[in-house]
Amino acid sequence: MAPKSSSSFTFTKPSSQSASGSSNTVSTTASSSISALLSAYTNQTTPRLKFIDAFLVFLVSSGVLQFVYCVLVTNFPFNAFLAGFSSTVGQFVLTASLRQQVNPENKVEFKEVSHERAFADFVLGSIVLHFFVYNFLG
Amino acid sequence: MSTAYPLPTNISPTTVANTASLLRIVAFGLISGAAIASRLFAVINFESIIHEFDPWFNYRATRVLAAKGFYEFWNWFDPTAWYPLGRVVGGTVYPGLMATSGVIYNFLHYFNLPVDIRNICVLLAPGFSALTAWATYMFTAEMKDPSAGLLAAAFIGIVPGYISRSVAGSYDNEAIAIFLLMFTFYLWIKALKLGSALFGTLAAVFYFYMVAAWGGYAFITNMIPVHALVLLLMGRFSGRLYVAYCSWTSEHMGALGVFGLLQIVAFASLVRSHVSSKQFQNLLAISVVTMGVLGAGAFVVMTYKGWIAPWTGRFYSLWDTGYAKKYIPIIASVSEHQPTAWPSFFMDLQLLIFLFPAGVIMCFRELRDEHVFVIIYAVVASYFAGVMVRLMLTLTPVVCVSAAVALSTLLDTYVEAREPDVPEGRTEANGSSAPDGKKTKKAGGAVGSQASTTAVAAASSAISDFVSATRSSASSPRQKGIWGADTRLVILLNAIGMLVFFVFHCTWVTSNAYSSPSVVLASTNPDGSQHIIDDYREAYYWLRMNTPQDAVVMSWWDYGYQIAGMADRVTLVDNNTWNNTHIATVGKAMSSPEEVAYPILRKHDVDYVLVIFGGLLGYSGDDINKFLWMVRIAQGVWPDEIQEPNYFTPQGEYRVDDRASEAMKTSLMYKMSYYRLSELYGGGNAVDRVRNQQIPKVGPTLDYLEEAFTTENWIVRIYKVRKEDTLGRDLKTANAFAQGKKKKRSKPVSRRRAIV
Repeated sequence: MAPKSSSSFTFTKPSSQSASGSSNTVSTTASSSISALLSAYTNQTTPRLKFIDAFLVFLVSSGVLQFVYCVLVTNFPFNAFLAGFSSTVGQFVLTASLRQQVNPENKVEFKEVSHERAFADFVLGSIVLHFFVYNFLG
Repeated sequence: MSTAYPLPTNISPTTVANTASLLRIVAFGLISGAAIASRLFAVINFESIIHEFDPWFNYRATRVLAAKGFYEFWNWFDPTAWYPLGRVVGGTVYPGLMATSGVIYNFLHYFNLPVDIRNICVLLAPGFSALTAWATYMFTAEMKDPSAGLLAAAFIGIVPGYISRSVAGSYDNEAIAIFLLMFTFYLWIKALKLGSALFGTLAAVFYFYMVAAWGGYAFITNMIPVHALVLLLMGRFSGRLYVAYCSWTSEHMGALGVFGLLQIVAFASLVRSHVSSKQFQNLLAISVVTMGVLGAGAFVVMTYKGWIAPWTGRFYSLWDTGYAKKYIPIIASVSEHQPTAWPSFFMDLQLLIFLFPAGVIMCFRELRDEHVFVIIYAVVASYFAGVMVRLMLTLTPVVCVSAAVALSTLLDTYVEAREPDVPEGRTEANGSSAPDGKKTKKAGGAVGSQASTTAVAAASSAISDFVSATRSSASSPRQKGIWGADTRLVILLNAIGMLVFFVFHCTWVTSNAYSSPSVVLASTNPDGSQHIIDDYREAYYWLRMNTPQDAVVMSWWDYGYQIAGMADRVTLVDNNTWNNTHIATVGKAMSSPEEVAYPILRKHDVDYVLVIFGGLLGYSGDDINKFLWMVRIAQGVWPDEIQEPNYFTPQGEYRVDDRASEAMKTSLMYKMSYYRLSELYGGGNAVDRVRNQQIPKVGPTLDYLEEAFTTENWIVRIYKVRKEDTLGRDLKTANAFAQGKKKKRSKPVSRRRAIV
């Protein structure tokens, strides 16, 4: 908890100084807050969660790519696009749910869900999801 | 610690727990038995038969499924319905019900239990009512405790509001849908409570089952997102909500608005957990509200511009109760789409309707996430139940749940044996009415927060504190609580008495009002014995045996499914009212004079016309009483040919006697209904016993149709459409010629010829 409070301190300090500031100070506020966010993230997050986050980023980029392809090139096998897109979105939220459940900070909320249970639920949810996605392929 | 009645002291806690769970199991078995048994009135009073209208189609489809397999069923095109259009059945049906019975049928046959598919269909609804009781038990146990759950299960098991759609033989989508509804809600609550993706996924799976089974799935589609949204707005976002909602949504991409919002909030809260600041919170709130307003605005604009049309006529009629009457007579004409009358709330729910608000208030006392759900459900379902009779069905479960919560809180309070402590010293000084304030708190804590005080006691505590403060220091606040066994007995006996009356009421309503198959009617003989009126099946069997297989039968759409199911003949319109113009065509033929109707009949290859006539017996659900709807629907398509006012007398009365209007007297429906009725009265004045009017002595004549068959009590009358005259005359002159030449020909001869 200690690094968390110190990082927030570094975040609020410049913003209070630049209350009457110009656009230049606003941008420095934003950049400093983003760098604070990044440093807090790299310092506090466990490797496991970072691994999950990497998968999440991959899913987002895959979804964006499919969407851009659909808009710019063609939506020809439209069912295939729907299936692919909903598969990425569905997998994203399932993975995000897993992240919520295994995040040590949320331990108070998920008393009855162990990490193994969370992963088993994740696998089951993914199987059901892809069952529906498969039926969408057409 | 004093008790109101002696409690045994030598029992171990495990024994108590084991006995309690055994008692729960036994009670639950009895509840299931009662739920199934009270739905069997229909089978015992009549026979094992499919009821009403829609179930006949479901039954017919299930037979196809059981006989030919699922793929055949899925690709089934039915050329005999909506002649000459046909109907793509596989794509226009909710297959959940048929698939369920098909699975049960194959399961039983796999174990060499040769159960008839009809009996499975008849008994499916009672069987699923036991499952509904179980789902309601689980749901209510999450709200309060298992004893409230048992009460709720008992209520839903026998409450007429649910029985009305699930008696044996009522083989309709609602039979399994209410179980799916309650079970999905239970899984959702469970997922939310535990933050478990497993229950969320299961909720999604059962939601899909529901989608396949009943059009009312839209209720779940909206309830769960609304619940999630309300929790968000209440500032109750949590990881559990995120997990539960996402694992439910990810399977079907529905409810995208709340879904996206939740993603944003989740991401924001993740960021906030790293960088916490007041500024950030404000930014978050502002961006969320802005995006919500923008999204809703865009949606409204798009709907307004007509780019998307998400709402159907039935939806509009939910908000504006007069909408359907004004614009879509086909929706308004269905009796179950009428607004609910007040007495039917009491008839369907009896004492539960009084306990219902109390239970909702109980939910406000604790207001955990799941209580918010019940409150939203109660508000939404109450509104919808007031708008449409059939939506009473969705209100019934929540009424049972909250009534059970209220009643079980009352019972908990009064069954509790422990009494508040009375300190001796104070008792001597001030009498028994003024014990110590500290002791009050202690006693309250000991007895338990929910059980010790009623809502009234809690509300009055502030007042009594105030009163005690104004008193002298010698007297302390009055002790709150219940002393003695007599007060307990008075309340408990009252409660038990109410429950007993409830059981009697439910049994009476079920046996008298909701167990009639409406295919078979019952009346009482003068000696009190039952007399079965079986005209429908008599007529349908006549059609089946005496007409060619491809004969086209025209009737009002109410009887389409029955004709297809029982008579196995081609119909023009049926209860799947998808084509308004086609129905209006039938309405026009029925409400036009013979000369106008005949070309319509011939163009549609109609061989027989079937009408329901209750005038002889006093059966009020007949076609003359539905006639105005035919006129209205026809008027919607041909406003310059059919006008509703023409069918009333100049005084604005709806009459069928000699004062009836000209349009009424010449209409095909009138002629077919009263044809030869006066002959039955020996040429005297015939009386229509439904409308209590005298029919003119000279009855209507028919030139283009001839009577083919009339059932024992004249409820069903079937007419054969004549072919064009072989000599090219129109049928009217041909008839006149034939009658002028052969006046002596007696009626029975012509009737026999018609049958051939």
